Amino acid sequence: MSRATLGWIVLSWVGFALLPWYGFERSASPTIADYFVSGSALVHGMRGAWWLLPILVPLGMALVPVLRPSHGQKGNWLVASGLLGLALIVLQGFAIGLNGWTLDILRGLFGEPGPSQAGMGYGAALTSAALLIVLCHGLAARGWCRGDAFITSSIGAVVALIIVFVFFPVSTILASAFADNSGNFAPSEFIAKFMDRSIWGLDCLTSNLRCGVAWNTLFLGLLVAFGTTALGLAFALIATRTEFRYKKLLRVMSVLPIITPPFVIGLALILLFGRSGALSNLLWEWFGVPRSRWIYGLPGVFIAQLLAFTPIAFLVFIGVVQGISPTLEEASQTLRAKSWTTFWTVTLPLMRPGLANAFLLGFVESLADFGNPLVLAGNYEVLSTKIFFAVVGAQQDQGRAAVLSIILLAFTLGAFWMQHTWLGKKVYTTVTGKGDAGIPLPLPQRVALASYFTAIPWAVFTLAVYAIIVVGAFVRSMGRDYTPTFEHFLTAFRVERTEWGLHFSGSAWDSFFATVKVAALSAPLTAAIGLLTAYLLTRQRFAGQRSFEFGTLLSFAIPGTVVGVSYILAFNVPPIEITGTGFILVMCFVFRNMPVGVRSGIATLSQIDKSLDEASLTLGARSSTTMRRVVLPLLRPAIVASLVYSFVRAMTAVSAVIFLVTAEYNMATTYIVGRVEAGEFGLAIAYSTALILVMLLAIVAIQLMVGERRLGRRSASAAPSPVAVQAVP
Amino acid sequence: MEPKKTFAAATMLAGTMTALSFMSAGAAQAQGALVMYCAVQEEWCRAMTTAFERETGIKVSMTRKSSGEIYAQLKAESQNPRADIWWGGTGDPHMQAAEEGLTEEYKSPKMSELQDWAVRQWEQSKQRTVGIYSGALGFGYNTDQAKANNIGEPKCWADLLKAELKDEVQVADPNSSGTAYTLLATIIQIMGEDKGFEYLKALHKNVNQYTKSGAAPAKATALGETTVGITFLHDMVTMVVDKAPVKVVAPCEGTGYEIGSMSLIKGAKNMDSAKKFYDWALTADAQKLGADAKSYQVPSNKNTPIPPQAPKLTDIKLINFDFAKYGSSEERRRLLSKWDNEVKNLPK
Repeated sequence: MSRATLGWIVLSWVGFALLPWYGFERSASPTIADYFVSGSALVHGMRGAWWLLPILVPLGMALVPVLRPSHGQKGNWLVASGLLGLALIVLQGFAIGLNGWTLDILRGLFGEPGPSQAGMGYGAALTSAALLIVLCHGLAARGWCRGDAFITSSIGAVVALIIVFVFFPVSTILASAFADNSGNFAPSEFIAKFMDRSIWGLDCLTSNLRCGVAWNTLFLGLLVAFGTTALGLAFALIATRTEFRYKKLLRVMSVLPIITPPFVIGLALILLFGRSGALSNLLWEWFGVPRSRWIYGLPGVFIAQLLAFTPIAFLVFIGVVQGISPTLEEASQTLRAKSWTTFWTVTLPLMRPGLANAFLLGFVESLADFGNPLVLAGNYEVLSTKIFFAVVGAQQDQGRAAVLSIILLAFTLGAFWMQHTWLGKKVYTTVTGKGDAGIPLPLPQRVALASYFTAIPWAVFTLAVYAIIVVGAFVRSMGRDYTPTFEHFLTAFRVERTEWGLHFSGSAWDSFFATVKVAALSAPLTAAIGLLTAYLLTRQRFAGQRSFEFGTLLSFAIPGTVVGVSYILAFNVPPIEITGTGFILVMCFVFRNMPVGVRSGIATLSQIDKSLDEASLTLGARSSTTMRRVVLPLLRPAIVASLVYSFVRAMTAVSAVIFLVTAEYNMATTYIVGRVEAGEFGLAIAYSTALILVMLLAIVAIQLMVGERRLGRRSASAAPSPVAVQAVP
Repeated sequence: MEPKKTFAAATMLAGTMTALSFMSAGAAQAQGALVMYCAVQEEWCRAMTTAFERETGIKVSMTRKSSGEIYAQLKAESQNPRADIWWGGTGDPHMQAAEEGLTEEYKSPKMSELQDWAVRQWEQSKQRTVGIYSGALGFGYNTDQAKANNIGEPKCWADLLKAELKDEVQVADPNSSGTAYTLLATIIQIMGEDKGFEYLKALHKNVNQYTKSGAAPAKATALGETTVGITFLHDMVTMVVDKAPVKVVAPCEGTGYEIGSMSLIKGAKNMDSAKKFYDWALTADAQKLGADAKSYQVPSNKNTPIPPQAPKLTDIKLINFDFAKYGSSEERRRLLSKWDNEVKNLPK
């Protein structure tokens, strides 16, 4: 028996016999004794909570191989102990709730109300985790995954987390798609809601009526995906393969929209192009172009989403373009291909993972976007806002929200499936351990020109939008009163010196601190889980791998509002009772943003030759060591990408957290939404500007901490800028 | 090697801190706590919170959300309620919550000081929700835009149908906004259901956008993005106080109104504090805070001084709004789907 297995068995006992099994009431003030022994499951069990005692059986079973080391079937004992233990914990947790039995059958059998119990605490969490790992060690002992306990434990941990924080909450809400308003099972309601004309109607093709919201969403998503892919590619080619002078500026600009809180771009567009916007006024005064409301609707959302998501495509491409080995291009040139032929037949095909990922992300982001359609969509309806208002609007129809969510989910998963098919089984490995010292070719003339012509006007436009944002933060009321003022910053971020020291009296400080704390906690967790999953998916082979991959993508595809409501439904009652804590916010962000870590990890790993890991394994390193010393350093771009992305996302997400915030943990974005609702655009923009600064600092800090990946290649021009963010998914 | 170690250390640190925040979430709160969901503007929520804390020493945890969001949250939390009191926000979701038994009956000793409409709200909800302020529906128009486009001063609901206002009227979508639903119910009560829908169909031609949020047309009017915006009058007044070129109109045919309400949440963990707040919030002193926070609704306590900027309910022709009928979920569902099918899908 390995020391690790023994350790986990000990921990499972500690969780059961020493630590408090239940969580504390929020109003209670626990003493030290409550933390140790007296609140443990063992003590509770003796004092009448009889349903906890059976858990002793699996805990004892785990000890069998410890006491009789010569016994041959150690693996079987561990597996049986883990399975039985987890089953018992889950069973008693769901059968006995806060108000007695939770199932009608049990109430009928044993009478009402039955025993009651609170939500699980540290003890329960530790015991469950330890039993899970014991189970995985047992499986490894039986020869799963070549007997590698690290691999089985990793798979087990990730699967368990996904089940608890993704499948469990989502299934609670999707079940409501098949229920009527009083909660009874009604499949006919589902069909009626699903086939509704407001969802699938095609009237806009034949008449001037509106089309269904599903088609609107799909159309917008495809437009945005094409647009962002084209623009992103142009930017990436300029940044990596040309002698363009303002590359650094391009990089900084590419990061800006990602770290811009929602609503801000939409507001800026209205202030520029709205009927009374700054540019519309100029056009009217100089050229007599009549002012109109064209920005509200498809054009407005399209432009706002292009502004917001082009950088994501850019970041995908820049990693992929850098990763392409110049050797292949040099080979093509040596064989006397013209530079255009080389680009078209070698470079571009090697970028296929990038093209597919960028397109996919543009599409998915557009579908999930909530802030821009809310501000700009006018009468052009999309699913994300429609879902939100089905839950909170005057109709208050959760079933309808669930039906719409299923459609949105289907679109997203369809996109993932198509990407998978298109990439197929081809190999895109270009980072190997072998000598690799080519110089990337310059771009063919026409590609370079095309890139400049798309990218530069767009860059100028982005700058204009951000200029408006900065101006908006420092004038009294954008669009009406341009008196310069610091008033907005003072309201939000006033710091007073009092006799007790500094007092943060500005109205935004609470939400600001809470947001930074939650974002800083969730970013490393997201990156760790995401990259571990990516490693398991690309480097290991195990049964059920495809459904495992599907599970990791699911939470990304589900719209934020649905995630928010489902988290309340699932986690407000025992056994897992965590609403109102900061923990639920952290978990929500970790599992919403994890897929980005997974994607960027997979994209980077598929470029790294497996022979590098194999070399390490052959030299006798264990898989955990290989992971730490070979794979992780090569994964640096992916680490940076997922850290940055999850940090930024946690600071800018709206729809998922609107239901999860509490007085104690209010988030910056919900505060900003409130300001926008109240018409205080100045304050909203000022707060957003402050958030942008914080995120920029965080990105620089992350970059410095993780460091660059050094591939031992020469570069044609100067070394790439150190403050670059590389390769999101 | 170094950066990777930092990474591992950071991950571990984060894990520990998550666990810590898990713990601190359960940390002790001072005796006498109150968890409040607040649905009016942030300033007003904050003013109420601090004033009540100063008065009673009870620590208030306040969360501000729109009333639709609060209703959705209460429903999701009904198994294990987190909040004690729901203060503010339009009456419909309060009525809905009362109908579904999410809120608690209570008779405050202050009931005798309240205006009739507030008491009626309380009776209709079977003592589950009470009116704390009210605001009449109406519209505002941007005087600059009206002058530039030579649009005469609109005074009545009927004036909004004029051809010169084509694509110049903005109102929220009743599916997402209580304000717009109040408009729907008001028009039907003034004109009757058939005539009312005829009116809404004609208005549809002049509507440039159905916004999501009820107060959004007020902002759009202030910025000149639309000439006319239909909202509650107090939302428009806020824009006028902010020196926007907006004129507020109470329509000549009469108009409906909302009753901002307050409800005790069933199963509240701090019921005593919640009742204390309930009683206090109905006093004139507490209701005075609204005007200080730039919210110009009409308060429900008879003794509260009405802010000079507030639209005077006595000058406005108010209809006898049937909250029981138009607040019931069945009627609402019927009217909304009728509006969806007959009005919203019409060509322009």
